[in-house]
Amino acid sequence: MDRHTLLLFAGIGSLLLLASIVGFVLKWRTGVGPNPVIDNLNARIKAWWLMVAVIGFAFLLGQTAVILLFYGVSFYALREFITLVPTRSSDYPALVAAFYFVLPMQYLLIAIDWYGMFSIFVPVYVFLLLPILASLGGDSARFLERTSKVQWGLMLAVFCISFVPALLTLDIPGFEGRHLLLIAYLVVVVQLSDVLQYVCGKLFGKRKIAPNLSPSKTVEGFVGGIALASLAGASLWWITPFNPWQAGLVALLINLLGFFGGLVMSAIKRDRGVKDWGHMIEGHGGMLDRLDSVCFAAPIFFHVVRYWWVP
Amino acid sequence: MLATLVAYSVIAGARAITGLRSLWLGTTPRSKQRIYFANHTSHGDFVLLWASLPAALRKRTRPVAGADYWTKGTLRRFVIGEVFKGVLIDRQHSASDHNPLEPMLKALEAGDSLILFPEGTRNLDDEVKLLPFKSGIFHLAKACPQVELVPVWIDNLKRVMPKGRVLPLPLLCTVSFGAPLVAKEDESKEAFLARAVEALLELAPEEEA
Repeated sequence: MDRHTLLLFAGIGSLLLLASIVGFVLKWRTGVGPNPVIDNLNARIKAWWLMVAVIGFAFLLGQTAVILLFYGVSFYALREFITLVPTRSSDYPALVAAFYFVLPMQYLLIAIDWYGMFSIFVPVYVFLLLPILASLGGDSARFLERTSKVQWGLMLAVFCISFVPALLTLDIPGFEGRHLLLIAYLVVVVQLSDVLQYVCGKLFGKRKIAPNLSPSKTVEGFVGGIALASLAGASLWWITPFNPWQAGLVALLINLLGFFGGLVMSAIKRDRGVKDWGHMIEGHGGMLDRLDSVCFAAPIFFHVVRYWWVP
Repeated sequence: MLATLVAYSVIAGARAITGLRSLWLGTTPRSKQRIYFANHTSHGDFVLLWASLPAALRKRTRPVAGADYWTKGTLRRFVIGEVFKGVLIDRQHSASDHNPLEPMLKALEAGDSLILFPEGTRNLDDEVKLLPFKSGIFHLAKACPQVELVPVWIDNLKRVMPKGRVLPLPLLCTVSFGAPLVAKEDESKEAFLARAVEALLELAPEEEA
């Protein structure tokens, strides 16, 4: 790892250490009994250590490991999405294609750096393939609804998330060999925004911003979290090809997208009558609960960087 | 030896594919003699229920399976006989004079717990949650009042392995254990079966197919 990567991980490590100490003190002050908010906070912090360790390990192993890591992330996300949205037995061919063809193919296209294909594979080819497969079953019940469920699942869990490792394919002059830092920048800023929105909301939250979709989101959390995370994004300019004010603007853009991503995903969860997508990450819920903001931020971040920084 | 190896690989495989989550909602995994009765949508149902049990309970818990299906071919016979120690019953009632509950009663007398699918066959209809129960479970409850009847809802396995498909879909499955049911002194067959159906449906998540 180069100096900047080490510095970044050291920074994240110190932040988590601070968070762990705060969590420990809070727990100690409230006594032995269970306290749902603080226990959940500590579970979240513990899960963060693990997630950072997994990402750090993948970074250590290099680009292929990072692509494989996000392949796994997409798999778990798609699994959670399809589990939660009911399909019928006649959707079997479409679902087989989703898990065993589209998912590996999208990541293969990224691994071989075929931009012209991976950027349109799901929204064009798969978009058309899925309803064809669904129609072969001869079942017309709720056809449009069923088809869009699988299309949405693939767009969010596979296509959008795959744009995180797709950042490795960008040829940015003067940024050779440092692509992993661009991934780190995206993930760190967007996740930090989630965390800071949560913290600001818990500390100062009064007015609910979308009571029908996500009762935990507040105006104070939104403004404070996005502002602080965008400042943090600006101060991380040294790991990006951006200058400080560009880094701040890009951070603001992906933080806003991340916020709305969370809102959209909450709407889907609400409609399905659940609070979390799954249970695999203790304290956080499922893979998609942790990645809802990244889903929406990643493709736009990729295209913004590609448009302005790749000649 | 081979049977144990196969059992462990089947459990590991089932867990990996379905991300199996077992929820003990109405009871705890205790070494009490029980009849676990569950909804039936897939041949994998009893595997998933079986995998949800702690190893010690698993040894004494035997799935009840239709002889007509499970005695066809060496592999099926090996799996149901050696790996799962299944209790095979005659669903066709080919010999009209004998009691079809006999093998189950024998297993219960020996102290084993059972996994039972009171619908009698797989429910393949997307629109219906549960088929009407066969009366066997009522007669078992009457004959062995000391045995706990635990309702178990197996969710989503139908989507993992739809009928006649070979490749499983890696969707998440949940196995929910409800509160044990006891047959009342003078309860009619119909009333008991209705109560059993209700107890099972209570564990099912509410959603449209």
